Amino acid sequence: MSATTQVRPKLYESQKLALWYFAVAIALFGLQLTFGLIAAYQQLNPNFLFELAPFMTNRTLHVNTLVVWLLVGLVGGVYWFLPQETGREVVGIKAAKIIWWVIVAGVLVLAGIYLFVQYGPGEMSTLWLYMEGREYLEAPRWVDLALVLWVAIFLFNVIATTLASRRVTGLLLVLIFDLVALGALYSAGMHYNINVTMDQFLWWWVVHLWVEATWEVLVGVLMAWSLMYLLGTPRKVVETWLFLEVALVFGTGILGLGHHYFWIGTPEYWLGLGGFFSALEPLPLVAMVVHALYDAGGHRLLAVNKPAVFWLVAQAFGNFIGAGVWGFMQTLPQINMYSHGTQLAAAHGHLAFFGAYLSTVLMLTYVVVQQARPVLSVPLDSRWWKWAAGLMIFGIVGITGAFTISGFTQTLIERAEGGSTWAAFIRAYTHPWYANTLGWRYFFGWIMIIGYLILVYDLLTIGKHAVATVKATAVATAGGGDD
Amino acid sequence: MQIHWLEVTIAAIAIAVVLTRVLSKGAGWLSWRFWRGAMIASSITMTTILFVLSFFTVQEARPGSGRIPPWTVINHEIGLKWDAERQWQVPVVGEETGFFGQVYSPEEAEALVNKGKITFQARNCMECHTLLGNGAYYAPDLTRAWLDPWWETRIKPMVGAESREEAMMKWLMNPPQYPQGTRRMPNLNLTEEEARALVAFLKWMAAIDTNGFPPHYSLTYEQR
Ligand code: HEM
Ligand code: HEM
Ligand SMILES: [Fe+2]
Repeated sequence: MSATTQVRPKLYESQKLALWYFAVAIALFGLQLTFGLIAAYQQLNPNFLFELAPFMTNRTLHVNTLVVWLLVGLVGGVYWFLPQETGREVVGIKAAKIIWWVIVAGVLVLAGIYLFVQYGPGEMSTLWLYMEGREYLEAPRWVDLALVLWVAIFLFNVIATTLASRRVTGLLLVLIFDLVALGALYSAGMHYNINVTMDQFLWWWVVHLWVEATWEVLVGVLMAWSLMYLLGTPRKVVETWLFLEVALVFGTGILGLGHHYFWIGTPEYWLGLGGFFSALEPLPLVAMVVHALYDAGGHRLLAVNKPAVFWLVAQAFGNFIGAGVWGFMQTLPQINMYSHGTQLAAAHGHLAFFGAYLSTVLMLTYVVVQQARPVLSVPLDSRWWKWAAGLMIFGIVGITGAFTISGFTQTLIERAEGGSTWAAFIRAYTHPWYANTLGWRYFFGWIMIIGYLILVYDLLTIGKHAVATVKATAVATAGGGDD
Repeated sequence: MQIHWLEVTIAAIAIAVVLTRVLSKGAGWLSWRFWRGAMIASSITMTTILFVLSFFTVQEARPGSGRIPPWTVINHEIGLKWDAERQWQVPVVGEETGFFGQVYSPEEAEALVNKGKITFQARNCMECHTLLGNGAYYAPDLTRAWLDPWWETRIKPMVGAESREEAMMKWLMNPPQYPQGTRRMPNLNLTEEEARALVAFLKWMAAIDTNGFPPHYSLTYEQR
C-alpha cells in the first residue's frame, strides 16, 4: 500500500483549539510519568528527596496530572469532532478559548503549589487555597470552581452548537446527558465533611462514577465518532452499539459503586449489592471489544491511519483486561476484605487507566495529528509509532505485573497473616517478594519514559514526509513559487 | 429500615427490564429503538435506586447512629471484639477514661475531631496512608491506628510518654527522629494543637463499624 496525499479541508476554530488541548495533554503526560518515576525511586531509596519533595508530593503530582491530562484529551476530542457532527462552527468558541487559557494557567499555578507549598495549616483556608487532601481530588477549592466553570462553558458549547445545528443526533444526546452527570458528580465531591464515612461516600461518587460510568460513556461517544468519520461506519450501527454500551455501563456501574462501600462504615447491604453489580461491570467492556473489532470494522482503519487503529484495538483489549479482569479480580467482598487498600489496587489502577483512557487519548491524538498537517498523509504511518506503542505497553505490563505481585504479597502477609498492624505492614514491604518488585517497577518506569520520548518525536514528525513530497511537486510544477 | 441486597438486586433488574419493554414497545431486540429504550430504562432505574439507597445510608452513617460512633467516644476506652454471628470484629466502647486527662463535652469533642479531620486533609496524609483502606500504599493503614499495640510496646518508651495519646502526639510531631522500618514519615511541622486533634480523629475513626475491615486486626493466628 503506497502512501497518498490529499489537501486537507480547512479546520474549524474549535478544531484549532483542540490542537492546543492535545499538545497540553501530551506535555502533562510527560510530567505524570516523571513524578511516577520519582515516587517509584523513593520506594527503593526512601532518603531520595526526603526533605525537599517527599513521596506524597510526587504521588500527588503523579495522580493529579494523570486525571487532568486524560480529561483534557477527552474534552479535546469532543472539540475536534463536534463541528463535524453538527456541520458548523462551535457556538461560544471565544469563551471556550478564554477559559482554556485560564485553565492552563491555573494548572501551572497548582503544580507550583503542590511542588513548593505542599501543605498548609489545619484550617479551612488551606482547603480553599492549597490542598484539599483527598486522593485524586487534592486540588483546593479555587481550582474546583475553575474546573466547574470550564465544564460549564464546555457544556454550553455542546448544547448551544447542537441546538444551532437543528439536528439532535442520538450521539449528541448521550454526550449532553453524560456531560451533565460528569459535571454534577464533580460538584458532589467538593464539600468538606467532618465525618470520614460520609466524606469517602461522596468522594467515590466522583472517583468511581467518573471512571466506571461517565468517562466510560464519553469514550464510547468519541469511539463512535472516530469509527463514523474515519471509516464511514453507518450512524445507525454505531449509535445502536453506543446505546447498548450505555445501558450496560450504567446498568452495572452505578450500583457497582457499592464495591467501595464494603468497609467504610456504610451498611452491610452494600456487600451484596456492590459485589453483584460490580462483578457484572466487565460485560459492557466485552461488548466494546466485539464492537470495535468485528462489527464496526475497525480493521478498515488500517487503510487510513495505522497508529490510530493500533490504539483503538489496544483500547478495546486494555479496557477489558485492565478494568474488567484486574478489577473483577478484587471486586467480590470475600477477597476485597483482604486485598482492599493494598498494592493490588494500584496494579488495577495502572492497567485500567492505561487501557481505557490513555489508549483513547493517544488514538485521538493520532487522528488529530493526521489532520493537523496542511497536507493529509494517507495512510498515516511511520517507523517510530510502533516503538513508542511497544515500549509503553511493555512498560505498563511490567509495572502492573510488579504491583500485582507486591499486592498479593501484601494481601497475604500484612492482611491475612499479620493482622494489618504497623508491624505487619513493615513485614510485608520488607519481604523479598514485595521488595524485589520495587526495582522492576522502577526499571519498567524507564522503559515507559523512553516510549514516551519516542512518542513525542513521532507526533512531531509523522506525516511530515507527505508534506515535503507535495511541496516538492508544487515547486516543480509552479516553477519556483512557494507554498 | 431493613434492606436486603438480594431483593434490591432483583427489583432493580426487574424494573429495568420492564421499563425497557415499555419504552421500546414493538421494537425487535436488535434494533436501534430497543437499545435506546434499554439505555434510558437502565440509567433511570439505577440512578433512582442509588439515590434511594443513599438516603438510607446517610441515616445510618450519622455519628451516634450505631455504626458510626458519637464524637464523645474519644473520652472512652475502645477496643474490638469478635462477633460470632457476623464472624468478624466489631468495635466496643468501654468506660470513660478521658482523653489527654480530660473529659470532652460533645461540642468540644466534635470541634477537636473536626480540627483533626481538617489537619488530615491539609497535611495530605492520604497520599501516603490509606484510611478505611483508601488512599496511598506507601505507609500503614490508619483505620485502626489508635488500637495498634506498637504505640504501647515500642513508641511509648521511645518518645518517653505516659499515655498512648501522648505517645502518638509526640511521635507525630517529629517522626523522622524515631524511624520505624526503612520508610520514614516526613516532619509535617504539626503544632501541638494539630497533633492532639489528629489523635482524636484517629481514635474516633478506630471505633467505626467497618464490617470487619481490616480482618482479624492485630490478632496473631493463635489468637483467632
Ligand atoms: C476504566 C475503568 C476503571 C478505572 C480507570 C479504574 C481505576 C481504579 C483505581 C485507580 C482504583 C484505586 C482507587 C484508590 O486509589 O483507592 C480502583 C479501585 C477498584 N476498582 Fe477500578 N477502575 C476501573 C474499572 C473497574 C471495574 C470494571 C471493576 C470491577 C470489575 C473495578 C474494580 C475495582 C475495585 C474492587 C477497586 C477497589 C480496590 C480496593 O479495594 O482497594 N474497577 N479502580
Ligand atoms: C513511569 C511510569 C510509572 C511509574 C514508575 C509509576 C509509579 C507509581 C507509584 C510508585 C505509585 C504509588 C503507589 C503507592 O501508593 O504505593 C503510582 C500510583 C498511581 N499511578 Fe503510576 N506510575 C507510572 C505510570 C503510570 C501511568 C501510565 C498511569 C496511568 C495510565 C498511572 C496511574 C497511576 C494511578 C491511578 C495511581 C494511584 C493508584 C491507586 O491509588 O490505586 N501511573 N504510580
Ligand atoms: Fe469502582
